[in-house]
Amino acid sequence: MAGVSQLKVEVRLFASYRERAGTARLDLDLPDGSTIADAAAKLLQAHPAITNDPTRLVVAVNQEYQEHDHPLQDGDEVALIPPVSGGSR
Amino acid sequence: MIEISDGPLDPEALTARVRRNSNGAVVTFLGTTRDSTDGRSVLHLEYEAYRPMADRKLAEVADEMRKRWGVEDVAIAHRLGRLEIADVSLVVAVASPHRADAFAACQYAVDRIKQVVPIWKKEFFQDGEIWVGSEREHHLAGS
Repeated sequence: MAGVSQLKVEVRLFASYRERAGTARLDLDLPDGSTIADAAAKLLQAHPAITNDPTRLVVAVNQEYQEHDHPLQDGDEVALIPPVSGGSR
Repeated sequence: MIEISDGPLDPEALTARVRRNSNGAVVTFLGTTRDSTDGRSVLHLEYEAYRPMADRKLAEVADEMRKRWGVEDVAIAHRLGRLEIADVSLVVAVASPHRADAFAACQYAVDRIKQVVPIWKKEFFQDGEIWVGSEREHHLAGS
C-alpha cells in the first residue's frame, strides 16, 4: 500500500443491474477522495453490462440518494438503483 | 403505518386502521397484478426491494402527505416476492375530515412511491421476462 490512502466501499446491486452483473454485492477499493462517479467508473470497467450510460445512474449512499460528485467514505454502502417504475401504470 | 410484507396484504384491515370518528372520507388505493402488458399475457410477477431503504422511503412519503394535506391517518403496505394475477401488490389508505384531501394525498402517494421507493417489478411471460423500467428484455431463449 506504500502510503497510498485507500477506502473500501460495499456495492449493492438490484433487479436488472444484479442480473446483468451476476452478483448482488461486491467490494470496491478506491483511492481516498473518490466520488460516486469514480466508483461507478471502476465498477463499470468490471461489469460493463450494467449500463452503457453511467451518467444516468441513480445511486444511494448509506440508503440516501446522492449526486455523482458526492465524496465516499471508507465503509460506505453504495447502491445502484435501477429505474423504479413498478406497480400499475 | 408502513408495512413491507412477503405475504398477502389485507386491504380491509389497513382501511380499518385509518378510520376515525373525526374523518369524513376514506380513500383506499389497491395496486393489483394485471394479466397483460402491451398485448402479451403475464403469467406472474416478482417484486424485489432494497431494505431498509424502501421502508424509510415509504415513511417519507407518508410524512410528505401529512405535511402537504394535513392527513394524519395513513396506511401504506407493499408486497414483495411472487404475485399471481389479481393479487394486491400495493395498498395506500388515507382518511381525512373532507374528501378532497384524502383523494389528493392518495394519488400523490401512489405516484411518489413509483418515483422514490426502491422496489422493482419483474414480469414473467410465456417466452421471456423483463424488469419493468429496464430498457432490455431477457428472453428465455437467449439466456
